[in-house]
Amino acid sequence: MKKLMLGNEAVARGLYEAGVKVVSSYPGTPSTEITEFAAKYDEIYCEWAPNEKVATEVAFGASLRGVRSACAMKHVGLNVAADPLFTLSYTGVNGGMVIFVADDPAMHSSQNEQDSRHYAIAAKVPMLEPADSAEAKAFVKAAFEISEEFDTPVIVRMCTRIAHSQAAVELEERVERELPAYEKNPQKYIMAPANAIRRHPFVEERTRKIAELSETSPLNRVEIGGTETGVICSGTCYQYVKEVFGNTVSVLKLGIVNPLPTRIIKDFAANVDKLYVVEELDGIIESHLNALGVPCVGKELFSPIGEYNQTTIRAAFGLPQPENVTLETEVPVRPPVMCAGCPHRGLFYTLAKHKITCLGDIGCYTLGSAAPLFALDSTLCMGASVSGLHGFNKAGGADSEKKTVCVIGDSTFMHSGMTGLVNVAYNGSNSTVIILDNSITGMTGHQQNPTTGYNIKGDPALAVNLEALCRSIGIERVRVVDPYNLKECEDVILEELSVDAPGVIISRRPCMLLKYVKAKPPVSVNKDKCVGCRQCMKLGCPAISMKNKKATIDFTQCVGCDVCTQLCKLGAIEKGDR
Amino acid sequence: METKNVMIVGVGGQGSLLASKLLGALLVAEGYDVKVSEVHGMSQRGGSVVTYVRFGDAVYSPVISKGEADFIISFEKIEAARYAENLRKDGKIIVNSQMIDPMPVITGAAQYPENVLDELRDKGVFVDEIDALSLAQQAGNAKSVNIVLMGRLAKYFSIDREKWIEAIKNTVKPQFVDVNLKAFELGYSY
Repeated sequence: MKKLMLGNEAVARGLYEAGVKVVSSYPGTPSTEITEFAAKYDEIYCEWAPNEKVATEVAFGASLRGVRSACAMKHVGLNVAADPLFTLSYTGVNGGMVIFVADDPAMHSSQNEQDSRHYAIAAKVPMLEPADSAEAKAFVKAAFEISEEFDTPVIVRMCTRIAHSQAAVELEERVERELPAYEKNPQKYIMAPANAIRRHPFVEERTRKIAELSETSPLNRVEIGGTETGVICSGTCYQYVKEVFGNTVSVLKLGIVNPLPTRIIKDFAANVDKLYVVEELDGIIESHLNALGVPCVGKELFSPIGEYNQTTIRAAFGLPQPENVTLETEVPVRPPVMCAGCPHRGLFYTLAKHKITCLGDIGCYTLGSAAPLFALDSTLCMGASVSGLHGFNKAGGADSEKKTVCVIGDSTFMHSGMTGLVNVAYNGSNSTVIILDNSITGMTGHQQNPTTGYNIKGDPALAVNLEALCRSIGIERVRVVDPYNLKECEDVILEELSVDAPGVIISRRPCMLLKYVKAKPPVSVNKDKCVGCRQCMKLGCPAISMKNKKATIDFTQCVGCDVCTQLCKLGAIEKGDR
Repeated sequence: METKNVMIVGVGGQGSLLASKLLGALLVAEGYDVKVSEVHGMSQRGGSVVTYVRFGDAVYSPVISKGEADFIISFEKIEAARYAENLRKDGKIIVNSQMIDPMPVITGAAQYPENVLDELRDKGVFVDEIDALSLAQQAGNAKSVNIVLMGRLAKYFSIDREKWIEAIKNTVKPQFVDVNLKAFELGYSY
């Protein structure tokens, strides 16, 4: 039976069919749905871990115990998981273990555009890269076979256009695997120097063996299309090249992107007049060819920035573009914004009103940086707001402590914010940390986390008590505010900034997109009372706009949060009854 | 058959993912090779969103580039203009006349270009403008704008109405089937 599946759903199906028993992940666009779909199979134990390092170590533990295991993360998540990864390369695996990493060229939902292939090279582990959903499923199975045959973790590299594209997949049955007896093997799994010294030569020898596999594996294939032009590519680039050229050029499609097949590449190069490498992001294959002394054209034609598509391929090869329509009118950009009724808005309004410096973090609330609130001063990586605030205040002293805060979401705080808070308490800065607790992992599309009281299956689970956690870390001043209440927000923030003690303010209200959150009737503007003062416009609510010099509220968007009504001194915004 | 390209564009939260899911399921049932490319994550938060649906004998790329789209289905007026460069010379635009101000317009940094559809028509582009929001409300749920627009698209496709109706029944949640079938009919016969 053929089914249209997202690349990520196909990966999950592959995990199911491959007999995988344990999957642990932290959500991150564009990788999230791998674990969400895997959790639909009762045969696989799935969980959301607090971060990618924990997830990878959970998968390691499951592999050590002898079952097939996996974890999935976005590209920057692999930075967090890099510590276990590099030594997992030395220990190797017991049950097969596969790490899925999803790159995000063009940064649809990311803070950088790093190329995960560097990690496979640096950690000396094989990396596969599928080019559509059907390959995604097939490559999952191949990855587990390679993992077990060569005693290595394997990375499967996805990217946004493979992860979030649907294509047809042929479903197959699951092959169940017995739980083997556990055998202790300290020389292999205790990576103290005496053992690690013996494992490193194994890693080098393994890389040589997998390079040999790369020469013969059907995952790397040549599609003959004449001798004039040859193109080496992998993943989504293969699809763009085939779309533009069909069978009129020869293509070496790489499914194993590390280690690269040297002999195949040399043979392919020898059989074409001109050789091109088409790879998004960094020129990794091209560098390999340069090292081999194989002449090719790559990054001089193709940018290391962003995604490609048919237009970029045609442009690089000097081919004509199809005729299209161009408009003279400039269409204003439509950046993502905090939703109408977003609980973060009231808090950011308060920070902006008092011109408070605010170090930000990764999540929906990064959108507080945009016009008209401009409420953030920095966004670096998961957890950096709390530790950054401490450094900022140590550098700026008392003056900075009185007008600087940080904001971090509930899930991001669990991921890596709490270690920063330990540092605030231990190394004593009078920092004011604001946890934006919207009771869900929002930006990635509503995943449960250790504070929400539910697990990945939606079943009740232990909920970390944020107030108790912060107090136990040593923060005595822990306050809770409702961000829909502007006066309360203002009073508490100003008070916490004024006192000489570190403090945590928990701004608590569930994301209004959560199914259990019921919208109130939309509010509306009484045109007779509105004088067009634009006070309500300072919120940057997408439901409020000016029409004929009067505020107007879009009833399809408004959820009746009443934050704007608190700003209107004339009482022109009235509660709705529809 | 040459690959056909449909772009579904709009504002995050308007329900374009359900529309592409419906269209994808229908086209697979018709026996085509299909690729559907979506955007998840940050752009979904009220930003401009685009979904690509491609079908034919053998589809390679998951995305639609400049000058390739046979249809652009736009859930909002200026989003049609934003992606018009992707339309083929003889392509068609189906657009909901609803206007949603983007943040630069809300903050006063930019004007909403209300006449973009006229400019497209002046350039010879086929524009089918419908008030999908009113029709959706008429159907019983403002959120069924997506299915109203799919009903409109069905008029230009040579696939039996019955097949569309079956696909709707298989795609939407049971409690929303009636509203969506009504929305489909209203879009189709508008």
